[in-house]
Amino acid sequence: MNAHSKIESADPSRRDLLVVGAVVAGSSLLVGCSMGDVLSLGADAEFGAFGPFIKIADDGQVTVVSKHIEFGQGNHAGLAAIVAEEMDADWNRVRVEQAPAIAKVYANLGMGVQGTGGSTAIANSWPQLRKAGAAARAMFVQAASKKWAVPVDKISVKDSVVTGGDQSATFAELLPDAARVKPPQDPVLKDPKTFTLIGTDRVRRKDSQAKVDGTALYTQDVKEKGLLVAMVAHGPKFGSKVKSFDDSAALKVKDVVAVHEIPTGVAVVARNSWAASKGRDALKVEWDDSKAETRSSDQIMAQYREIAAGKGPSDLKWTPFDSKGDIASATGEAFEATYDFPYLAHAAMEPMNCVARVKGNSASLSFGSQVPTVDQLNTAKIVGNLPGAIKIETLFAGGSFGRRANFQSDYVAECVHIAKKVGKGTPVKLVWTREDDQRAGYFRPIVHHRVKITVDKDGYPATWSHRIVTQSIMKGSPTGTPKLDETAVEGALGSPYLKATPIVDAQLALPDVGVPVLWWRSVGATHTAHVMEHTIDQLARRAGKDPVEYRRTLYAKVGAKRHLAVLDLAMSKAGPVPAGQFRGVAVHESFGSVVAQVADVSLPEGGEPKVNRVVTAIDCGTAISPNQIAAQMEGGTCYGLSAGLYGEVTLKDGAVEQTNFDSYRVLRINEAPTVETHILPSGNPPSGVGEPGTPVITAALANAMLAAGRPAVTRLPIVRASA
Amino acid sequence: MAIAIELNGKTVNVTAAEDTPLLWVIRDELGLTGTKYGCGIAQCGACTVHVDGQPARSCSTPVGAVAGMKITTIEGLGGRHPVQQAWVKADVPQCGYCQSGQIMSAVALLAEKSAPTDADIDAAMAGNICRCGAYQRIRAAIKDAAGIAAALPTTA
Repeated sequence: MNAHSKIESADPSRRDLLVVGAVVAGSSLLVGCSMGDVLSLGADAEFGAFGPFIKIADDGQVTVVSKHIEFGQGNHAGLAAIVAEEMDADWNRVRVEQAPAIAKVYANLGMGVQGTGGSTAIANSWPQLRKAGAAARAMFVQAASKKWAVPVDKISVKDSVVTGGDQSATFAELLPDAARVKPPQDPVLKDPKTFTLIGTDRVRRKDSQAKVDGTALYTQDVKEKGLLVAMVAHGPKFGSKVKSFDDSAALKVKDVVAVHEIPTGVAVVARNSWAASKGRDALKVEWDDSKAETRSSDQIMAQYREIAAGKGPSDLKWTPFDSKGDIASATGEAFEATYDFPYLAHAAMEPMNCVARVKGNSASLSFGSQVPTVDQLNTAKIVGNLPGAIKIETLFAGGSFGRRANFQSDYVAECVHIAKKVGKGTPVKLVWTREDDQRAGYFRPIVHHRVKITVDKDGYPATWSHRIVTQSIMKGSPTGTPKLDETAVEGALGSPYLKATPIVDAQLALPDVGVPVLWWRSVGATHTAHVMEHTIDQLARRAGKDPVEYRRTLYAKVGAKRHLAVLDLAMSKAGPVPAGQFRGVAVHESFGSVVAQVADVSLPEGGEPKVNRVVTAIDCGTAISPNQIAAQMEGGTCYGLSAGLYGEVTLKDGAVEQTNFDSYRVLRINEAPTVETHILPSGNPPSGVGEPGTPVITAALANAMLAAGRPAVTRLPIVRASA
Repeated sequence: MAIAIELNGKTVNVTAAEDTPLLWVIRDELGLTGTKYGCGIAQCGACTVHVDGQPARSCSTPVGAVAGMKITTIEGLGGRHPVQQAWVKADVPQCGYCQSGQIMSAVALLAEKSAPTDADIDAAMAGNICRCGAYQRIRAAIKDAAGIAAALPTTA
């Protein structure tokens, strides 16, 4: 951990520390090297005069090197704007490129490893890139000062042009001199009041043109001389193993090159995608399901309900969170509710895929790597090398929503295993079909909540009993389940409503299930936001109070000023409820940001709910790109609403039933709301944007249903396939 | 036996078997990767191309079925097509993976209806999934390309 301690920390959350811990343990367990080895390898890489984050071309074009993957969040625009602002670079002549995998230089300062997640890209880069940009600016100013014999305080910079006295020169003209200036260790940062780019509508995406003309390069698009395409026959259940296989027919398919057994199944390697697909169809594989998970999702949910009701196995451990006082003192008639949440697939548009080249113990990979350091570790383990020696070229990814970040690097490891069998450094592209992607698991786990609440004489919570039963996401980490897996409770944990309740008995149970589970955009908030916000609406109505006023009272009681501010902002913009529609409100804090949504909803008799308009207010600290914050609120709302209305993966005897978009229904354009985004002015450092817009909408919709006199939404999705 | 198709204005001979989906012919044999694989069963629209001017899901169209026909892919729009320009202006893409298909569907819609209503847009675009949820900007960009005053997403 020595090397890690040298990295300046940006107040890492508990979970991020756990990620680091997991990686450290993983590295020492798996390949016999320490975190220090991981971080130091490759650290002697040479960077230009302006350091690892900024390159300036002879023509003055500025390239910002992003340590974070761009898979839709718009972070490349924001990261580039931070640098350009402090540099006073011409925004129109700033481009972005993706950093190579070098953890020591490009670590996420909130995680300690190189990786993107937890809506931290902008937040962790904020001080780092401001400093990098300011240092580069200072170097140009120094160079001009020396050249013109003008004091540095008489020199200004605007749009990549340096001016002092009656002299002026462009970055391009001053580049040779500036590159020789020693970078200042502590450059002076701008007063945010003087920002001219950050917070303006000029901060727009840099990749839109490439993404509309077909030139943006995704893993699926990698073309290389001699590249082979692999598809893998996977077992029908989680934990299925190959018993035997017959590849004679597969090998007869034109352009099929080889068939290899690998730990996760049987791989067909071919000269093109269609041949790989046909070859796989022609395989005959016998599977051993003796150690597979064979339960149906209904059985798993039924077990969770039993556990929450206190009828679980006696050796199952309960872990308290946010608990205080003596719940036995609860008196009066209690409000009771249970909530069921299904498995959810991420279903990114680009199914998981990877390109790997393995020769001896060297490996290089090209793909949408969300956590390169972990992918290096898992690759190193397979090829027998040190993690830092594994090269990763990170490409655009067609979405992830968390799926491309997991402790096992599942699809990456599969590709590396195949490339190792093929050997000779031959590039192998692993292509998953939609069905492979849906069947692979790494779902948002099934979750069950049970709440029992008594109220005081004014109708506000006096005692709050809360049970959450789900599967641990962090258990997948090499260090095992932490004392409290916060990914399962965040959002209930820390809720202003629990703070406002004098007596709380909140506990978590994490029974084992043989289905791989994972964070899914907004993680714990995917379920806690609905439970907390829908419960609060029901409590307010039960007390005969307006749900918005009820929230305001509770926020005021515990000093939840940001919650109050976004609620007020959203309400002030929402206007009257349109005739024939119903309104629901919800507020939730996640990833350091607080989001309030006011949803206007049509509820046709016998038809499906339609969310028409969503007025959103967010406090995400300093807003770098208002346009892209709005894009994330629009997209996050659709992602959350898609799950709330339709999202459900069911297992029948352990096998996934929804294997493509014909059965795994997702939100389409005719079902999408119009989202209006209002950003609360703030001088705080930036906080998360990619995820906080996701978890709020389902609760807002459910609360609109309450307003219409419909029953509470205690089981998701709202529109069920069987209904 | 080679199959001849007209791809983005040029006649090309394809060696793939007739049952090969047009998508894989375009991507693997002809090397144009702007057209994407998303589902393989014509449910997501990421693979949308034009066949004789009509939008078609190339993942479910055998190449043998389009012999001699005119195929237009995203590359065939040239990069500065009014719909592409409207897409950039509104910063429609997020991950961007579905956008080639979205744009091909939108171009076909506007060829059919120069001033589409919201209902027209719903009908023409409901076959194209965007998991990033860029739908609101897609709608705005289609209207913008059509010269209809469009309400671009607001921020304040």
